[in-house]
Amino acid sequence: MSKIFETPLYPYQRSADQDASQPVRHPVIVIGAGPIGLGAAIDLARQDVPVLVLDDNDKVSWGSRAICFAKRPLEILDRLGCGDPMVDKGVVWNTGKVFFDERQVYGFNLLPEEGHRRPAFINLQQYYFELYLYERLRELEADGKPVQIRGGNKVVSVTPKDDHVALTVETPDGPYRLETDWLIACDGAGSPTRAMMGLDFIGRVFEDNFLIADVVMNADFPTERWFWFDPPFNRNQSALLHKQPDGVWRIDLQLGWDIDKEEEKKPENVIPRLKAMLGPDVEFDLEWVSIYTFQCRRMEKFRHGRVIFAGDAAHQVSPFGARGANSGLQDTDNLVWKLKLVMDGKAPESLLDSYDLERVYGADENILNSSRSTDFITPKSDVSRQFRDAVLDLSERYEFARPFVNSGRLSVPCTYDGSPLNGPDAAGLPVRTRPGSPAVDAPVSGGWLLDRLGDRFQLLAINTEVPASLEEGGIAIEGLSLSANDDPSGALKGRYLGNAASAVYLMRPDQHVAARWTAYDEKAVRAALNTATGRA
Amino acid sequence: MAHLNTRANIAGPDDFYAELLAAHEGLSKAESDALNARLILLLANHIGDRAVLTEALAAAAHAPGGDKA
Repeated sequence: MSKIFETPLYPYQRSADQDASQPVRHPVIVIGAGPIGLGAAIDLARQDVPVLVLDDNDKVSWGSRAICFAKRPLEILDRLGCGDPMVDKGVVWNTGKVFFDERQVYGFNLLPEEGHRRPAFINLQQYYFELYLYERLRELEADGKPVQIRGGNKVVSVTPKDDHVALTVETPDGPYRLETDWLIACDGAGSPTRAMMGLDFIGRVFEDNFLIADVVMNADFPTERWFWFDPPFNRNQSALLHKQPDGVWRIDLQLGWDIDKEEEKKPENVIPRLKAMLGPDVEFDLEWVSIYTFQCRRMEKFRHGRVIFAGDAAHQVSPFGARGANSGLQDTDNLVWKLKLVMDGKAPESLLDSYDLERVYGADENILNSSRSTDFITPKSDVSRQFRDAVLDLSERYEFARPFVNSGRLSVPCTYDGSPLNGPDAAGLPVRTRPGSPAVDAPVSGGWLLDRLGDRFQLLAINTEVPASLEEGGIAIEGLSLSANDDPSGALKGRYLGNAASAVYLMRPDQHVAARWTAYDEKAVRAALNTATGRA
Repeated sequence: MAHLNTRANIAGPDDFYAELLAAHEGLSKAESDALNARLILLLANHIGDRAVLTEALAAAAHAPGGDKA
């Protein structure tokens, strides 16, 4: 049986655009059919924005790669209509163990908060993640939504013009030219688009190498995350064991910087390392091996006129904390509604600068967390190692030291504090749902709050009435009134009211809070909508 | 807000000082460094107050013999 990631899904086919006498103009072109490019295309197509995806490949991700998907991206996938297959297939885990040298220093249970539709995160191979996104895209196409994907289409030149972007695309039949009003570059950490435009990719550089192996084991390891600091089988380095679907285990072995990658990847070098880790009696098959090198860096700006960068093309972090694909999906979640408003002429082009501002803020938060994890896992000085080892030693006996142990701070959604799109806040309402925050899920009326939010501006009213619909400058605001009767668990009250008797939240199409009040005030709502759409 | 207490606060300073040195007796440089690191973490957690800890870090960072305080 051939593996999913060896099967061409969207092989090259000649398109009519290649025979046109003049370059055909598209409204939006997405470069790259990885998780972020597919996510962007699905989001656009669902909202009837015509989108063309160009990919130099025709398959899903080679090997597992990104494997840990956090709650917020799962919620975004729910909005895109493909959360269920991911969560149904994915492995949910809550228990982790930390080892130092030869011993286990402690274990933990994440005890996720009750009252959320989605778990804190799931483990799922990137190839499944991409497959389900791809299937969703094809489903939309079959439903008549304006989306196309072209495999074997490699973009070899990108030329920004005043009112469009001109592209040259290489194919097995030779090159052809295209034009697009807007270009979204989701072409990964090595982004050829970024290179073709001669743009920077700056930041603090951590250069390290990880041997990443997917093994199929006939062993009864529990569904837990095991992390080793300085283990006997990988001295002075780290190791990670994580379970994926289909009995596949992900093993990450840190190798350090100065290594011969091709040598390390050879099975005769990989297998002894894995045997030393798993024990001599465990039988396993190697499914996939790769050497991963990372740096923590980002572009200075994610928007360059009509070319917009998202995902790893715009920012790169260490693998610790699952912040790569997870933050990339938050990029396009943030971008697509803004782009649609601009394309529809309902918001000024400058609204797109708030994408840059909000997602640069998100990227900096991820880079900060990721850099701190890297500093803990790979101490850069003697004193740094002394404190790291002291934390690990103390963590075995003393609970206080465990929060210092940093084997990756798992991705949490970004709150856009200080964003120019944020409107007023009201004193006394819960901090976690302040303007800039993503909506926090809660069970309501036999369903979930987040399933009722997104894709349009909404007024979420709790214990008060708001109009069922309002319109301001061509943008509709839909009312959603809920009361204590809809909130049997009290989670809605705890997350949105606190001690207030009532609240009104203006929600953005990406489910983030734009502004909030303790009572409805039409004039204030209209003003906040204009602020949230860059029209104030 | 609490401040770092820089006045004498330990009863029997000579006893404590001797106990501190005794904890390091017979240790190699590496073992002593490790003990110091564990001790700093234990004490920092006991203090807990972030502002006080920042003041302590600043006070400790002042170069000896200088008049920067």
